[in-house]
Amino acid sequence: EQKRELGALIHAAQEQLTEAVSVRRGGLEAKARAQELEADRLDLSETIDSQVRPALSRGHRHLVSQTRDALEDVFCAMGFSVADGPEVETDWYNFEALNIPPAHPARGMWDTFYLDLGEAETVLLRTHTSPVQIHLMEEAVQANSLPIHAVMPGRCFRRDTPDARHLAAFHQIEGLVVDRDITFADLAGTIETFTTAYFGPDIHSRLRPAYFPFTEPSAEYEITCTLCRGAGCRTCSMTGWIELGGCGMIDPAVFEAVGIDSREWSGFAFGFGIDRCAQMRHQIPDMRALIENDLRFVEQF
Amino acid sequence: MKISLSWLNELAPFGDDVAALTDTLDDLGLLVEGIERSGEGLEAVIVARVDKISAIEGADRVREVSVFDGEGQLTIVCGAMNFSVGDLVPLAPVGAVLPGGFEITKRKMRGVESNGMLCAAGELGLEDSADGLMVLNSIDGASPGASFSQSLGIIPDVIFDITVEGNRPDAWSVHGVARDLAARMGLALTLPIAQTQLPTPKADGASAKIEAADLCGRLCVAKLEGIVVGPSPTWIQRRLSASGMRPINNVVDASNLVMLEMGQPTHPYDLAGVDGGGIVVRRAKAGEVLTTLDGVSRTLGLARPGVGTGEDDLVITAASGSVLGVAGIMGGASSEIAASSTSVLLELAYFDAMAIAKTSKALGLRTEASARFERGCDPRIIEAALCRFVDLVKLSCPSASLSSDLVILEGETSEPAKIEISLAAMNRFLGTQLDAAGVATLLEPRLFSCQVDGDTLSVLAPSSRSDIRPMPFGVADLYEEIARTAGYRAMARSYPSWSEPGGLSIQQQLRRSLREICVGLGCSEVWTPSILPDKLVDLAGIVGPALKIANPLSSDESTLRTGMLAGMLQVAQRNLERQRSDVALFELGTVFVHPANMSEPRLARTAGGSASNTVLPGEQERLSLLFAREGDDAKTAVVAWRTLEASLGLEPLVMTPVVAEELPLGCHPTRCAKLTSASGALLGFVGEIDPALIDASGIALVGERRRIGWLDIHVDLLADVGQIPRRPLEAKPISRFPSAAFDLAFVVPNKVLASTLEAALVQAAAGPLESIRLFDVFRGGQLGDDERSLAFELRLSSIEKTLSDADLGEVRAACIAAAESLGASLRN
Repeated sequence: EQKRELGALIHAAQEQLTEAVSVRRGGLEAKARAQELEADRLDLSETIDSQVRPALSRGHRHLVSQTRDALEDVFCAMGFSVADGPEVETDWYNFEALNIPPAHPARGMWDTFYLDLGEAETVLLRTHTSPVQIHLMEEAVQANSLPIHAVMPGRCFRRDTPDARHLAAFHQIEGLVVDRDITFADLAGTIETFTTAYFGPDIHSRLRPAYFPFTEPSAEYEITCTLCRGAGCRTCSMTGWIELGGCGMIDPAVFEAVGIDSREWSGFAFGFGIDRCAQMRHQIPDMRALIENDLRFVEQF
Repeated sequence: MKISLSWLNELAPFGDDVAALTDTLDDLGLLVEGIERSGEGLEAVIVARVDKISAIEGADRVREVSVFDGEGQLTIVCGAMNFSVGDLVPLAPVGAVLPGGFEITKRKMRGVESNGMLCAAGELGLEDSADGLMVLNSIDGASPGASFSQSLGIIPDVIFDITVEGNRPDAWSVHGVARDLAARMGLALTLPIAQTQLPTPKADGASAKIEAADLCGRLCVAKLEGIVVGPSPTWIQRRLSASGMRPINNVVDASNLVMLEMGQPTHPYDLAGVDGGGIVVRRAKAGEVLTTLDGVSRTLGLARPGVGTGEDDLVITAASGSVLGVAGIMGGASSEIAASSTSVLLELAYFDAMAIAKTSKALGLRTEASARFERGCDPRIIEAALCRFVDLVKLSCPSASLSSDLVILEGETSEPAKIEISLAAMNRFLGTQLDAAGVATLLEPRLFSCQVDGDTLSVLAPSSRSDIRPMPFGVADLYEEIARTAGYRAMARSYPSWSEPGGLSIQQQLRRSLREICVGLGCSEVWTPSILPDKLVDLAGIVGPALKIANPLSSDESTLRTGMLAGMLQVAQRNLERQRSDVALFELGTVFVHPANMSEPRLARTAGGSASNTVLPGEQERLSLLFAREGDDAKTAVVAWRTLEASLGLEPLVMTPVVAEELPLGCHPTRCAKLTSASGALLGFVGEIDPALIDASGIALVGERRRIGWLDIHVDLLADVGQIPRRPLEAKPISRFPSAAFDLAFVVPNKVLASTLEAALVQAAAGPLESIRLFDVFRGGQLGDDERSLAFELRLSSIEKTLSDADLGEVRAACIAAAESLGASLRN
């Protein structure tokens, strides 16, 4: 079946290429091209490994994927599993199940790319990794496998014009804990554990009231400014603190949407930008450097 | 929302420690996004009189001005042209430091020495209303030498720019912010005392009608006679300006100030412009068109994607039926307060928050009023807001009087939430140790009322807190309010643990291995766009019908990628352009498949996990490697593949040349092979990029041949060990007896693949075969054009004995026979 799918893909692809090539080459004789290609034919299995130039140096991991792995490692060590989810979502998973009904003013927090597919504004590129929370909770309810302790890294999209601090495609990591007797203090403690583990022992965290439709109580969490180590500098507007992400206790409306009894279970979620983390750690003035793929930048990491 | 410190200090003695106040506001969730200081740095600025203006030879942009500063004459070079002899203007003398830290020094311009600067409003950090210098002729007390700020009554002030979160409808007002801050700081709040007594309102009347009681919860219509439209008192104008609103006239300013102070939007109409002397709130008719104050024609009552049916759009009409405006958002021009207005009809309403939010979003029209309505106004503040409005109008218009024809209609409003919580459960959930009195101390100054019964605390939310939901969800809202007011920073922390281990799934571990292997192959990781620009789609094509973004950021960037080739080619091209000769790249990421290309499209699930009819694109995880270094070609990609295969411990896959209909987009038709497992699963492709595509991409390669190696793998399939089996875990014993090797060179027709021959040799030598290695490929010489020589080294051993010559000879003979059966012949 997968073969059939691929077969169809390949066939369509071939047609497109033929067309594209004929357009591009301004009508170069198909025959001449065929002859040229035939003369160029290679039996790939004739490859002799020792005759191929060996790589004398290692390549470089992209800073974002390195950062993602490092974050995953910290969370794995804290007992979290890692979950993935699709990049294309429906309105239900990205918004409604997260207690954000259509036209809710809070939707203004996420400028959304919609796909030209099906009914208008039903299929979208996820604006955050939070829909993975919904998938995890639904699956756990169906499989009767609560609790959940997971982090969800992944690529997200927002319809924002890219600038030094924002990209239209970016990476987030989000954590979800659903268990018995999980408290707000657990949330604050978990965030502190992560902060010192990842950023270093002299970097701490604090919470500030905020609003997210899917958590209540909600908080922004700030960490000691990684530049001035809390002394106060321009980056942190002399406060000694910089904002990292959002967090909160799972809103009972979200639990209801996925069929979890909030009298029995409680939980928290938190999330922040992986790219932003990398930007802070390496003091990258313009985040667009991450998508330029200039090897002079890539090979620094 | 902008709030000045002087305004706050009028309501409670907050003091002037801006840093501490900012910190407290932040900790209350009233995030201070910015702090502006106004009226500071003006101590040295004085009033001066212009006595003489003369041209400077050769300069047409500046003039020489002689001013009297109260003591003597000063010469100043000035670029403004909006003043004349006798005007009073602000003078910053030499040594003055203006707002923003600009220090005035003696300067020579165009040969003339300038002894100070005559100032425009903007240069003094004041509202920049007009071009040119401030002219102070009409200011009482302004005389040459007088202090500028004293003459104008300017007091240094600090303006906080506060972000009000979506669940704080109470904080969309100065009073709300002051209440929260005063409660935290333990200060008493002093709000303005109403002077106006309201007549007993009627519950019906010709002046008001609600035709959509579900969306208009309350409607108050008041009429004021004896209105003389004019400017507001200076303090009102200054407050509005400080909050970012333009002063207009005393009626409109009073309405705006009430909104800023109390959070209740009101709408004043010129009564003469309200046909029939009354207003009606009703749903808009489908397709109803009206022109709002901003001159834009707007269509209401229509369904719009993502914003619902449009049937909750509300309009305000005159009693006669003519439409006056979009309810809660913006009025129309016909009934605007004009200089000639003598009677005012004031509308104070409570609208359903979601209805206003939907209409506002549908129209793309957000106003100060709609921002407050859509968060949920206080339905019970209407009477107080009306009193305050009348009080404010009377300050500049003592003849104004409130008509006894006051109507307040009741539609549907929800009652403030009543929440019951267990103190023990709350303390457990929050990690706090608060008793009932402690909670009451937090909540009561914020207008919640609390009742204690043992462990149970019953709390009634104030009407200003529509964000507090009823039971059971309201418990979480109340927990948040208690935590917020107690202060998140003061909360305890605990460190939960659980018995389940953390870790990575098979596919996640595989991803990491793949990245490590690719880096080991000398490739660097890139991140190319998921949403492709048209030029890349045109260049490299996409598979199948395009998956398009309906609302792209720019119209030429709207197609989801179906593969990584286009993006990676672009990266290669850019880096080669920068004279990098070592371009070897990889990317691991998601590509998309149009549902039309899937035999079983992915169906979205809705609430409760049930399937819906919404079809979703397929998503595949792909690993692509691109080799564009000097000497790289399909063989580089083959070695990369073999390394991956061996490093991951895969059972060897079969590499077969692709036929035309299998060829992936952009690949070289005669230098590309597919990789399939024994079960027939197609894992990916290895080979080269089509030279036509390389030409088109503008890539300038080093060396003679235009070759780029390419390897493309389906990672989801690779993670499926059922489809792509791994070698057994058991270790194979190593022979302790010496191994023996012999070489075999065959002349093989081109149409027989080296791998086919190799497979035949492996089969023929099965058992004693330890390894087989192709070590030479030779063309030309005595050989025909359609054949080549392939030389293999076979190494044999036995776990039981040293192989004899006879044993070797037997295997050799079997190998030769197998090769011959393929049309190959032993080369001499």
